[in-house]
Amino acid sequence: MTETLAFVIDMLVHATPLIITGLAVAIAFRAGVWNIGADGQFIAGATAAAWVGVSASVEIGWLALVAALIAGIIAGAIWAALAAWLRSRFGVLEVISTIMLNFIATYGASFLVRGPLQEPTHVYPQTSGIASGAHMPILVSGTRLHWGFIVALVVAVMAWWVMKYSATGFRVRASGVNPFAARSAGLIDVSRVTTVAFVVSGAIAGLAGAIEVSGVTFALYENISPGYGYTAIAVALLAGLNPLGVIGTGILFGALETGAGAMQRNIGVPSTTASVIEAIVILAVIAVAQLRANRVTRAA
Amino acid sequence: MSDVALELASITKRFGRLTALDAASLRARRGTVHALLGENGAGKTTLMRIAFGMLQPDSGSITIDGTDCSFASPADAISAGIGMVHQHFTLVPAMTVAENIALGGRGSFRPAQIRDAIVVLSERTGLAVDPAARIEDLPAGAQQRVEILKALSRDTRILILDEPTAVLTPAEARELLQKARELVSNGGTAILITHKLRDALEFADDITVLRRGSTAWTGHASEATEETLVAAMLGGERTRTDAGSAATTVPEHDATVLSLRNVDVRDAAGVERLRSVTLSVSAGEILGVAAVEGNGQHELLRVLAGRLNVSSGDVTIPPIVGFIPEDRQRDALIQDFSLRDNIALLGAGARRGITNWTAIGKRTRELVRDYDVRARDELAMARSLSGGNQQKLVVGREITGSQTALVAENPSRGLDVQATAAVHARIRAARDAGMAVVIYSSDLDEVLALAGRVVVVHAGKVTEPPREYEWIGRAMLGVAGA
Repeated sequence: MTETLAFVIDMLVHATPLIITGLAVAIAFRAGVWNIGADGQFIAGATAAAWVGVSASVEIGWLALVAALIAGIIAGAIWAALAAWLRSRFGVLEVISTIMLNFIATYGASFLVRGPLQEPTHVYPQTSGIASGAHMPILVSGTRLHWGFIVALVVAVMAWWVMKYSATGFRVRASGVNPFAARSAGLIDVSRVTTVAFVVSGAIAGLAGAIEVSGVTFALYENISPGYGYTAIAVALLAGLNPLGVIGTGILFGALETGAGAMQRNIGVPSTTASVIEAIVILAVIAVAQLRANRVTRAA
Repeated sequence: MSDVALELASITKRFGRLTALDAASLRARRGTVHALLGENGAGKTTLMRIAFGMLQPDSGSITIDGTDCSFASPADAISAGIGMVHQHFTLVPAMTVAENIALGGRGSFRPAQIRDAIVVLSERTGLAVDPAARIEDLPAGAQQRVEILKALSRDTRILILDEPTAVLTPAEARELLQKARELVSNGGTAILITHKLRDALEFADDITVLRRGSTAWTGHASEATEETLVAAMLGGERTRTDAGSAATTVPEHDATVLSLRNVDVRDAAGVERLRSVTLSVSAGEILGVAAVEGNGQHELLRVLAGRLNVSSGDVTIPPIVGFIPEDRQRDALIQDFSLRDNIALLGAGARRGITNWTAIGKRTRELVRDYDVRARDELAMARSLSGGNQQKLVVGREITGSQTALVAENPSRGLDVQATAAVHARIRAARDAGMAVVIYSSDLDEVLALAGRVVVVHAGKVTEPPREYEWIGRAMLGVAGA
């Protein structure tokens, strides 16, 4: 295998969780829900998937994978639903509640892999490996690239289609851009629409966590997410919250992170350079968008 | 020295390819109220922003008391003795009157000193305000007084008032304009931007009319008539706004479309907004609603439009009622959506499955054509339309969307003469087509021009006085009898 191909494979493996969490963030932001909690929902999904994957018996075969993915989706949805409920019931700002829930998820997972879910020898802070039936099939044989990448593409296309063509997607967009007009002119139940979008966003982030466990790590570790849910915000914003665009920006950020590792190994450039470049890209995008908005306002 | 306090000579201002002002001139004499008239977009506000240093002219000169001036910023204009009260309030709602008046001043903030200064200024000008009151607790009229006091608190000799009566009740507006007259009696100058001919003729000494960025007429108010001013404002393209009577015809078929019985509405804080309201609107009639701001008309219209649930009582309305809210920029349109997507908003709450964009696009094109909306195409952003075209789109969407009932709240707010005429014509056409129409306007003349029957909301109660200006005006203030 050539080095280029290896790089591309690595890039796509890295891009998979970024695309899926990026979609989660894009959907929430479109609905005007500032879900900063994709990381926590990712970890919740990974934890649930690992628990199911470890407990699954060998006999059920590939059903273990299905069960693990569903468990991840449900756990992510529940994690987001907590914040959605706090928002609709008490008006708690989701920006704050989701960040707090990220900490709870991170340290909750730490506790589990050192306690109840720790591997039997009690040496490493991780769970046992998941059942082989819960492993995501490999997409390109002889590489790490798994079917999760295809799932990411399918979810992206579905999200794009729903946003563009379905009545539900229109309600989400309208509620996100102008809840007043959505309510008054569209007679849309804005609080219901945003709550549903919030929970769906969490479910997708949870799916990303489950896919990471079943396709890459095969166990739950401490720090299973190196901040995917936060990078996802950049991925979503850079794509202009367009689900199809998220595929491209997810791959871009996957490339940056893969390249950063390679640069450090080969020529000693610190891998943090990639973070600096990511930040510069985001700043540039925000600046351009603002300039464009200013020009429109001035012309009007 | 001449008696001219402020002279703007041959002012030209371009924004890109648009010429907002084309050699416009204005001479305001000391000790007078000067009215600046013109349609929306004629350049009134732009001209005054130049006088106040918010904009710099491309050419032309500004002279104060015979001395040439140029202002780089409002701060320069303020130190030259010019004050401006903007069309939209520029007060901080969470702060007190005293804090707002002190805002923008120099040095340290001494509450007691400011308070005393306000009391003195209040007494001198007769503009009564409580310095300790919070802005958000004050009615619009009182906020307007605070704006004026703020402008006057800085040794202002020339006061510019940009559409000061737009948010006021008729009584508050008269009081304000009388105050403006008193202010100029000791040598000050007031410039009143307005599009109300009646106010200009009654309260101004001199009048300048702008049309498309140029001075179209200027002279003493005593020499002007409504006819000459309208002709100057509109030029060749004269339109009569009040054409077509209110048609007080009794509807032929007495089919009740909207009806309320003993309706009470309490807001989130438990305050009673409507008290045992009973009224009905028939097909083919326009019911006018008159009220002073904050008396429950906001809630009444939303109950009739099916946008607000009642606390008790019976409401009978059709499943879809067209609604034209007062704040169309916020409540009727999504500015960053295309026209087509804004049309798709109609019925979006109940739509199922897949959106048929082809059909909605076709409907949008028809609506844009039928309602004379000037737009590039149906995919243009709502934001790119002028206020009048936005309103025509909303009116078209709501009328065609319901066919049975329409509720309109201040439908001509911020529109120019021609757009207002177009909107009024549509509302009358809706009535003639058999719709039950309810219209509220803070301009009583507009209510009377459209409605066959007028009810008044005062303190949450609905009454129906005789359909005459005086009677309605009294009922709005809660004064019984004549």
